[in-house]
Formats: sequence, C-alpha cells, structure tokens
Amino acid sequence: MTYEAASHFAQTWGLAFAVALFLAAVLYALWPNNRATFENAARAPLNKDEDDDHA
Amino acid sequence: MNSRQNASDVGYSPLAIGLVLVIGIALTIWGAARTHDGPFAIQMYTAMGAFALGLFALVRAYITPNPNAVESRYEDGIVKAGVIASTFWGIAGLLVGVIIALQLSFPNLFYFQDFGWTNFGRMRPLHTSAVIFAFGGNVLIATSFYVVQRTCRARLAGGPWAWFVFWGYQLFILLAGTGYLLGITEGREYAEPPWYVDLWLTLVWVVYLLVFLGTIWKRQEKHIYVANWFYLAFIVTIAMLHIVNNLALPVSFADTFSYSAFSGVQDALTQWWYGHNAVGFFLTAGFLAIMYYFVPKQADRPVYSYRLSIIHFWALIFLYIWAGPHHLHYTALPMWAQTLGATFSIMLWMPSWGGMINGLMTLSGAWDKLRTDPVLRMLVVSVAFYGMSTFEGPVMSIRAVNSLSHYTDWTIGHVHSGALGWVGFVSFGALYCLTPWLWRRERLYSTALVEWHFWIATLGIVLYITSMWVAGVMQGLMWRAYNELGFLQYSFVETVEAMHPYYIIRAVGGLLYLIGALLMAYNLWRTARGDAPEAVTRPNAAPAAVAAE
Repeated sequence: MTYEAASHFAQTWGLAFAVALFLAAVLYALWPNNRATFENAARAPLNKDEDDDHA
Repeated sequence: MNSRQNASDVGYSPLAIGLVLVIGIALTIWGAARTHDGPFAIQMYTAMGAFALGLFALVRAYITPNPNAVESRYEDGIVKAGVIASTFWGIAGLLVGVIIALQLSFPNLFYFQDFGWTNFGRMRPLHTSAVIFAFGGNVLIATSFYVVQRTCRARLAGGPWAWFVFWGYQLFILLAGTGYLLGITEGREYAEPPWYVDLWLTLVWVVYLLVFLGTIWKRQEKHIYVANWFYLAFIVTIAMLHIVNNLALPVSFADTFSYSAFSGVQDALTQWWYGHNAVGFFLTAGFLAIMYYFVPKQADRPVYSYRLSIIHFWALIFLYIWAGPHHLHYTALPMWAQTLGATFSIMLWMPSWGGMINGLMTLSGAWDKLRTDPVLRMLVVSVAFYGMSTFEGPVMSIRAVNSLSHYTDWTIGHVHSGALGWVGFVSFGALYCLTPWLWRRERLYSTALVEWHFWIATLGIVLYITSMWVAGVMQGLMWRAYNELGFLQYSFVETVEAMHPYYIIRAVGGLLYLIGALLMAYNLWRTARGDAPEAVTRPNAAPAAVAAE
C-alpha cells in the first residue's frame, strides 16, 4: 500500500469510523433507557460496604 | 466460598512468579559476566539482588504461610504498601526537585566534579521520573487497586501477581533512577530508562493490565464504574505508548546503549506522541479516575452528571492521542502535522473543562464542607488546577504563542501548575482519604496539619508558577529582541543572569511544597500508628458557631 493510498483511506474511512465510534459513545451516554443505570452508577463510590467500617 | 474461589484462582501463580525470578537471576548473571561496561554490571547486580530477594520472600511465604491469612473480601495489604511507597517516592522526588532548583540558582551549591552523579543533567531526569513514575505511578497503582475492588465488589484477581506488579514496579524505579545517576539514559524525555529496563516494565505493565482486567471480569456489579474506564484507558494506552516509543535495537545484549527504531523527524514525532500522551493518559486519565472516585466519596455526594462523565471519557480518549505534535512547532515536522497537533489541543478544552465542571459540581449541596474539610478542599483545588493548566496548555500550543513560550521556563511553569496543583493535590487528597480507611482509623491524626499542608503547598505553587511565568516570558522576549542594526540584543548569558531572582523564588516555592509533603508524611504515619486523634480537630468550629449565634 502506498503512502497516498494509506493516507486517503485514513482521511476518509478512518475519519468516518472514528466519528461513528464517538457518536455511538455519545448516543450510549444520552440513551433514555440508560438513565436508571447511570443514576445508580453516579452513587457507586457512596455505596456502603459491609467490609468497610469507615464507609 | 470467595476464598476457595481465590485459592483455585491462584493455583500455579507462585511457581510461575518463581520461574520469572529464576530466569531474571540467570539473565542478570549472564549480563554481568559478559559486559565490559561498569554501570551495566552495577545495574545487573542490582536487579539480581532484587530477584533473589523476591525469590526468598516467595519461598518463605510458601513454607510458612501466615497463620492470620484469612482471605478477606478485599486485598488491602497491597494498597497499604502503595500508600507507603507513594509517600516515600513523593518526598524523594520533591527533594531532588528542590536540589536541582537550587543548582540552577547557585550552580556550585551541590555539584562536585569528582562525583558525576551530582551533575544537573543526571539529577533532572531523576526528579522527573521520581515524581511522575515513582510517586504518580505508585499513587495510580494503589488507588486503582483500591477503587477497582470497591466499585466491582470483587477481590483483586491473580493473587500474588498483584504483588509482582507492585514490587516489579519498584524495581523498575530503582533501576531507572540509579541508572540516571550512573549516566545511563536513552535521551528520550520521560522515557530515559535503557532498553532492558523498558523490557522489564513491559512485563510488569502487562501483568498489571491482566490483574486489573481480571478483577473487572469477576465483578459483582453489572455496570463498570466510570473511574475504572479511566484507569483502564491509562493502563492500555501507556502500554501502547511505552512499547512503540521504546522500539530499539541494543548494540549488544550486555550493553546499556541502544539505537531507536526510528530516525530523524519520525523519531521526534514518536517521542512526542509518547511524551504528550504520558501527560494525557498517565497524568490526566489516571488521576481523573481518582477524581471520579474520591471527590464524590469525600463530599458524600453522587457524581454531578454521570452522562457527562461518559462523554468526558470518550472525548478525552479520542482527542488526546493526536495532540503530541504541538511539541514540535517550527521544526522539520511537516506543517500540517504541527497544525493537527495544535487543533486537537484546542479541541481538548471541551472535555477538559467538561470534566472539571463535573468534578466541581459534584459538590452541589455540599459546598460548606470546603470550609471544614481540608482534604476535600485539597481535592477540589486540584480539580481547579486541572482546569487552569488544561486551559493554559492549548493556548501554548497555538503556533504564535508557542514561538514565545517554547524552550522557555514558561513551559516549566505550565507543567508544574499541572503537576503540583492537579496531580500532586489530587494524590495527597487520595492518600489522606486512604490512610484512615485502610488502617481502620476513625479519622486522620490531625486535621490542623492538613490545613497547614494545604496552605503551605498552595503558597509554594503560587510562588513556583508566577516566578516561572515571569521568567519564561522575559526569557522569550529577550531571545527575540533585536537592536536597530538587526543583531540580537541580548547574549544568552544575559538572559540567564536576568532569571536568577526568579530561580530563587522558584526554589523557595518548591521547598514550601516539599515541607507540605513532609507534614503529610508525619500525619499519615501517626494516623496509621493509631495515635489518638486530638480532642479538638477543628479549633475554629466551636468559636465560629458561637459567633454565628
């Protein structure tokens, strides 16, 4: 593969792939069904642990 | 049940670790016997001693198992060791920093011609590696092992392999640090260790990744908490950066010297792709994981926006990896690559500030705690410094600004606002949290000492960064000043002379920061020992309440 072919591939399909991947992550973050999971997760550090008497 | 699972989990691990150590001993004996290079032989003997000690400890643990070794739910011993190691290396690294700052102010103060290791050129990488990799690395390993167990509700995977990671990492630090003093270096910034130390770190790091992944695999929680994502990104990306940047061919297997696989501008780009992502993934992603666990925990408030934390994570990951070329403005690197680096740096404003806002807003409804809890204040100020230095960085990556700032002490000031303000404070905050939790103490030995630490260190940072701003901008302006005939107005030594007072202020700032860390070490030691907390931990609390009435 020549340099030109590689850079052309990266600048078109590579870019599209990276953007799609990022959009998927944003979609996952904003997906309404995930609201409950995320609300629980936001409290994860606060969960009292029976093995941690300090918590 | 849990412990039985763990027993089978461990299985042949001690044997495998023993095999690694035996191979290590054999290779180091071979290296020491074959070499004609004195420093290389010293490194081999050091490693050999460490492997032998490891083997001894392994066999002893096998022959006489600890009778109290009831498997608890979590492996906390290794986190305790990490807290001790972090404190020790933190002080060592800061001390060397103060020494080299004084060397810059008074060149003959700690320099002896007969002792090459007192040379600034050897002490400087010792300082950077000690604070970044020894202090920062130990904080990251310790907190990651603590956080992954708590948020996954699972004991660390791999049994003794976690200890292999801990001690293997200390050996990496020892070999790298003593190597610099002996004059061994690859000459790549933040990647100075020679090829055989790089190989050793690769092994340790892969095991670290496996232990971390194995713990996530065993988790009892369905969702993987966002801090673990940040830790994972840190571990995976550092593995990738370390391996690619250190691709090299040694001149001999019994010699410290090696040639990089890349040459010229490709080599420079690879180095700064590594160098900037050491900042992005070691000093940022890893410490953001600390923020996302310890700030909510200490404030007793949930993460402000969990959705934002996910977007923060992915945006940071997607952008940071491209920012490295901004270290190579006005070099042989193609212009488009320089522009790319600057553009991605500017875009990094968004995730950086999104993350900072998320960390700060986690205090909603708990802002009053900042007045009474100096540990929380330290954590929050660290997040503010994160915002400040991630604002400054992109500005400096703009080519026009860079033409003034590059190669000057402005860069040093910028790095230290991130290192002392963000990385240092968030680490100190985490150590102050972890010590009473791990040693099962009600509270810290002295909150007043934390107050002192906080204010002394803050003053130190302010002195450090303001003096370096002034020195750096002045230096940049003097370098580019022309007289009416078109000649450079100042000689180099005149710029050095002009910076002398600022170098002294910087050394004072660093000294204050070191004193703060010493107060912390004393406080943590007394806390771990279980010395009774003072009767009144907040002397201001009672009078203030009276005044309010």
